[in-house]
Amino acid sequence: MKQSQQLTLEPAKETAPKKVKPEQEGPAVAVENLDLFYDRVQALKDINLDIDQKQVTAFIGPSGCGKSTLLRCFNRMNDLIDSCSITGRIMMSGTNILGREVDVAELRRQVGMVFQKPNPFPKSIYENVAYGLRIQGVNKRRVLDETVEWALKASALWNEVKDRLNESALGLSGGQQQRLVIARAIAVQPKVILLDEPCSALDPISTLKVEELINGLKEQYTIIIVTHNMQQAARVSDKTAFMYLGELIEYGDTDQIFTNPREKSTEDYITGRYG
Amino acid sequence: MDKLHLGQHISRQFNEELEDVRSKVLKMGGIVEEQLGLAIRALVEGDRKLAKKVVKNDYRVNALEVEIDEECTRIVARRQPAASDLRLVMAVIKTITDLERIGDEVKRVAKMVVSKMDGALKEEVRQELEHMGQLVREMLRLVLDAFARLDVDTAVQVVKNDDRVDAKYIAITRHLITYMAEDSKSIPMILNILWAARAMERMGDRCGNIAEYIFYLVYGRDIRHISLDDAVAEITTELGEGVSEQ
Repeated sequence: MKQSQQLTLEPAKETAPKKVKPEQEGPAVAVENLDLFYDRVQALKDINLDIDQKQVTAFIGPSGCGKSTLLRCFNRMNDLIDSCSITGRIMMSGTNILGREVDVAELRRQVGMVFQKPNPFPKSIYENVAYGLRIQGVNKRRVLDETVEWALKASALWNEVKDRLNESALGLSGGQQQRLVIARAIAVQPKVILLDEPCSALDPISTLKVEELINGLKEQYTIIIVTHNMQQAARVSDKTAFMYLGELIEYGDTDQIFTNPREKSTEDYITGRYG
Repeated sequence: MDKLHLGQHISRQFNEELEDVRSKVLKMGGIVEEQLGLAIRALVEGDRKLAKKVVKNDYRVNALEVEIDEECTRIVARRQPAASDLRLVMAVIKTITDLERIGDEVKRVAKMVVSKMDGALKEEVRQELEHMGQLVREMLRLVLDAFARLDVDTAVQVVKNDDRVDAKYIAITRHLITYMAEDSKSIPMILNILWAARAMERMGDRCGNIAEYIFYLVYGRDIRHISLDDAVAEITTELGEGVSEQ
């Protein structure tokens, strides 16, 4: 694995995020020649792709194609798996995030993640959202209040919970919990949000609300979503990457992928044919 | 039709629905073609009885259009087709609109035969109309064939053939103008003939439209309103092979 310079990360600001940051050139994330092995099994094969800033990118493909594995590379969740080895580079703001010197905790602040099943902490709604800031040492009540309100509004949950912020988050419905978890993720102002099948445990209406939320969030964040629901990928994403057996088969505008894919295997997958 | 791999969906029911829609389009096309053949014969032979039958039978085309339209709506609602399936459904919806309009134009020609205009239809013009009708009928036959086999080469040929129909239309118009100048009393009847020629010219245009949908269906490229040669050249470069080899 190539080493690179120190990841330049600014400390969390002590104010509720409101300003839009100046535009940065180039892709938000650039994956270069990425190979990943679990022991001897190669799970990702020479992946190269650029994730655009402030766009929604969807990864689709059959089970075991490596899409979640790739997603987990972006905040180094694969570090937790001993047998996993990675070569190649993932560039973010000019830094290879796979570098050994990278502060993984700080990386995960910049790259938030939401999982398939909502996983709120057994705390109040307020404390769930404030959690990330508290860990960073933010304790000013005003800042916390502002951030919690802002994050809950941004995740379209504020109106439903504003009168019961101190009640347990576990009392919320599944759809509300998922939006709460997204609020928790954005409260620390990440650059990138990873969504690993965020709606597969939700009912259709909650799913639509989360999709609507994703659409709103892309004004400020780069979003990468893994989904088994192809219609969902078609609905929410700007770009779609189709993966198969650890390879990136096709990557392009979602409109093009769903109306006129170039590769036959993409076509077969999205139309539901035998490969 | 194997180019679309229709039979390979994991859902057998979806296969059947798409196959069904496709074969109904061909059936509809077959009826329109038959109607056109009868209308031309009625025109050439001045057979009013036959012409009346053509007018009466137009409902069959209309009924199929409604039926196929409904089926397409159902497929979109229930299956959310993507990629080539989506293009097939879109192409079918557009194709049947044009087929139905061709049916209407055929009816217009038949109505002309029913109305009295015999005196005005000189032998010369009758022959030209017959020839034009045959050209159009051949276009329709070819385009349906291209649709059935997803044969872009044939579709391209159909678009090119439309030029011959247009040329014929201009020639007939010129003749008719001369007759009108010679005998002003015949103008109402000659105008009737002119409308029939115009109807056939429109049929040719609509066959060309269907050919364009076939191009879209196969290559996912919309070639309406752009030069055909440019489109073919572009596809040829992109695929690194001749369209004819597809």
